[in-house]
Amino acid sequence: MKVMLTGNEAIARGAYEYGVKVAMGYPGTPSSEILENVARYKEIYSEWSINEKVAMDGVMGAAYAGKRAMFTTKQVGMNVASDSFLYGVYTGANAGVLIVTADDPGMFSSQNEQDNRHYARLAKMPMLEPADSQEAKNFVGVALDMSEQFDEPVILRTVMRVSHSSSPVELGEPKRAGDEDAGRMKRDPHKFVATAGWARQRRPMIEERITRLAEFGETFPYNRIEWGDRSLGIITSGVVYEYAREVFPTASFLKLGMVWPIPPRLVRQFAAGVARVIVIEELDPFLEEQVRLLGITAEGKSIFPAYGELLPATIERCAVQAGLLPPGSVSKKRNLTPADLAPRSPILCPGCPHRSTFYSLNKLKYIVAGDIGCYNLGALEPFNATDTMGAMGASVGVAHGFHAAGMEQDAVAVIGDGTFFHSGMAPLLNMVHNNGKGTIVILDNRTTAMTGHQDHPGVSQTLDGLEGGRADIADLCLAMGVKDVRTVDAFDMKAVERNLKEAVAYDGLSVIVMDGPCVFVELERKAPFEVDADLCNGCTLCFRLGCPAIVRTENLDATTGRPKADIDPVLCVSCDMCRQICPRKAIYMPTDAMVKA
Amino acid sequence: MKSYNLLVTGVGGQGTVVASDILAAVGLAAGYDVKKSDVLGLAVRGGAVVSHVRWAETVHSPIVPEGKVDILLAFEILEGQRWLDWVHPEGTILINDQRIYPVVVSSGVSFYPHDEEVNRSLLRAAPNVYKVPGLEIAQALGNSRVHNVVLLGAMSHLTGIEPQIWESVIRQRVPAKALELNVKAFWQGRDALVASRLAGITGAGVTA
Repeated sequence: MKVMLTGNEAIARGAYEYGVKVAMGYPGTPSSEILENVARYKEIYSEWSINEKVAMDGVMGAAYAGKRAMFTTKQVGMNVASDSFLYGVYTGANAGVLIVTADDPGMFSSQNEQDNRHYARLAKMPMLEPADSQEAKNFVGVALDMSEQFDEPVILRTVMRVSHSSSPVELGEPKRAGDEDAGRMKRDPHKFVATAGWARQRRPMIEERITRLAEFGETFPYNRIEWGDRSLGIITSGVVYEYAREVFPTASFLKLGMVWPIPPRLVRQFAAGVARVIVIEELDPFLEEQVRLLGITAEGKSIFPAYGELLPATIERCAVQAGLLPPGSVSKKRNLTPADLAPRSPILCPGCPHRSTFYSLNKLKYIVAGDIGCYNLGALEPFNATDTMGAMGASVGVAHGFHAAGMEQDAVAVIGDGTFFHSGMAPLLNMVHNNGKGTIVILDNRTTAMTGHQDHPGVSQTLDGLEGGRADIADLCLAMGVKDVRTVDAFDMKAVERNLKEAVAYDGLSVIVMDGPCVFVELERKAPFEVDADLCNGCTLCFRLGCPAIVRTENLDATTGRPKADIDPVLCVSCDMCRQICPRKAIYMPTDAMVKA
Repeated sequence: MKSYNLLVTGVGGQGTVVASDILAAVGLAAGYDVKKSDVLGLAVRGGAVVSHVRWAETVHSPIVPEGKVDILLAFEILEGQRWLDWVHPEGTILINDQRIYPVVVSSGVSFYPHDEEVNRSLLRAAPNVYKVPGLEIAQALGNSRVHNVVLLGAMSHLTGIEPQIWESVIRQRVPAKALELNVKAFWQGRDALVASRLAGITGAGVTA
């Protein structure tokens, strides 16, 4: 029976069908739905770990204890986990280990476009790349079997387009029986302890294993040649195979399911059978370089770009330019969409607790070391209140660097609660130990919001629905030795501004915990607020809140000539921020007006 | 069977992804090979969303080729405007008559096109344009949230797939307590299509 599954749903289904017993990861688009779907199978232990490194160590531990285990992450999360999967190559385990990385060509929701295929080569770990959801499911089983056969973790690499696209998948029943037993470690310290003397002995095997993997690839059913017109031979993998099939319906194809290592004999056989070899791949010339290293003349990045998603329209355009397709092939662009069409950018939700912090930071003009989460929207209009951002937890370390350099401007770091737990605690303790001075603003909205409201150690319910322990952020900071720790109601505009000013003025290290729940966590809906048009004089101060519920009317004030504001009752959740900042007291909750009357 | 390239656009929260899931399942039930692709963006936070759905004997790319969209299903007027370039010159546009103002418009930085401008650009993009009052019909049924099923009903009239297949897919996918409401919404949407056809500027009449 075939059902439509996204690539992520298919991978989760694969975990179920192929006997994964432990799954850990950290939320990150486009990977988050994998673990969310795995969590629906009660046979599998699933958790959102505090960060990717911890998740990867947990997965290795489960595999040492004899249970198949899976780690999921987005492309940048591999960087955080890398220290822990790199040892897996040396130690192997007592059961299969699957690493799933979901990359983001086109950077739809990431701070970079790194091509994680390079990790396979760095780690000397085989990597599989599925082209659709059926392959995504199948490759989970293939990867786990390979992991056990070659005694090292195996990487399954997907991209956003595969993770978030749906295609038909044949569902199967779980294939492995007898996995209900308790975990048990087959002890082998010379293998599992990577101390220099013992790990050095594993080195020759690690190199020789690469040759065995390449040999395995020669007859791997998912590496296949599709002979067509012999004038053009296309080497490709993953979803780009599907794009290329549309653009070149008659060409010959070598579709690689295993992108590292590649099978030398198969590639040579293909190259010898066609007149011209081109490599079509997104991002880096990863396959192209391997092919050329075999001494084969192949073109890739001389024709196709090395950045962005390589969609069919781009492949088509580049192919025409390179003479691979006749000039008439590209359909002319219809210019019908108005050039000045209003963009629909992402914006903080009505009622978001982060709004008050960024409203104040915009007003106070402090330099802001930012971080990753919904609050990253503080960099955009109308706040324009973020100066740096690069990686999870970087805000605190960067703020400490400002201090170390003796930067004269007033600055703060802004970090979310989830991000703080992920990688903000260590740099804060570093500041305490190294006498760092600065102001760290922790936005505690009681969830990991941007990626879909996952749990973290600041909340008690875990992914599998159980009550877990929780840590209080202010207590943690005090325990670390921070002397000036303030907890502020995020919905109190005056308190937010006052505490920011006081903390920045304080000659030492301050932490401000801005306390206010995300609207998706907790929302007490009262009556929507209203604007008294007689009192409003169009000062437009409320627009600087950037709230979608605050609308500019066509009604101009007689004195100022500026547009008065109004509030959309469908969007307003009565968070009270606009009422507090209106200098004319023109905004009110309807019950107040009834009292006035 | 004729193959279809479908594009579903709208604002995060309007139910476009659920609608495109139903479209994919309908295609599969009708015997097509199907692929779909969602670009979610920051959809929960009022961003724009777009879903590609393809029905064919064999589908390779999950993305509809630009300029080859057979039916553009737009849940919102501005988001319909955004994808006009992608519509096939002989395609069809089915648009929900609803405006959701983006923040740049509500704060006065940008503007929302007027109805005449919208209608003109729609008719320039495709010979078949339908403006369905999806939200109105849903509200009349008692629940604005079923407007996505109303629009699917209207769309069902545009493809060769029998309505019974659509209805059975919808029955499988909506919550049990809202079942009858959704089925009603589907059929009313289907009935509303013909009357919602946008006449050409040259005065070409509505064909039943």
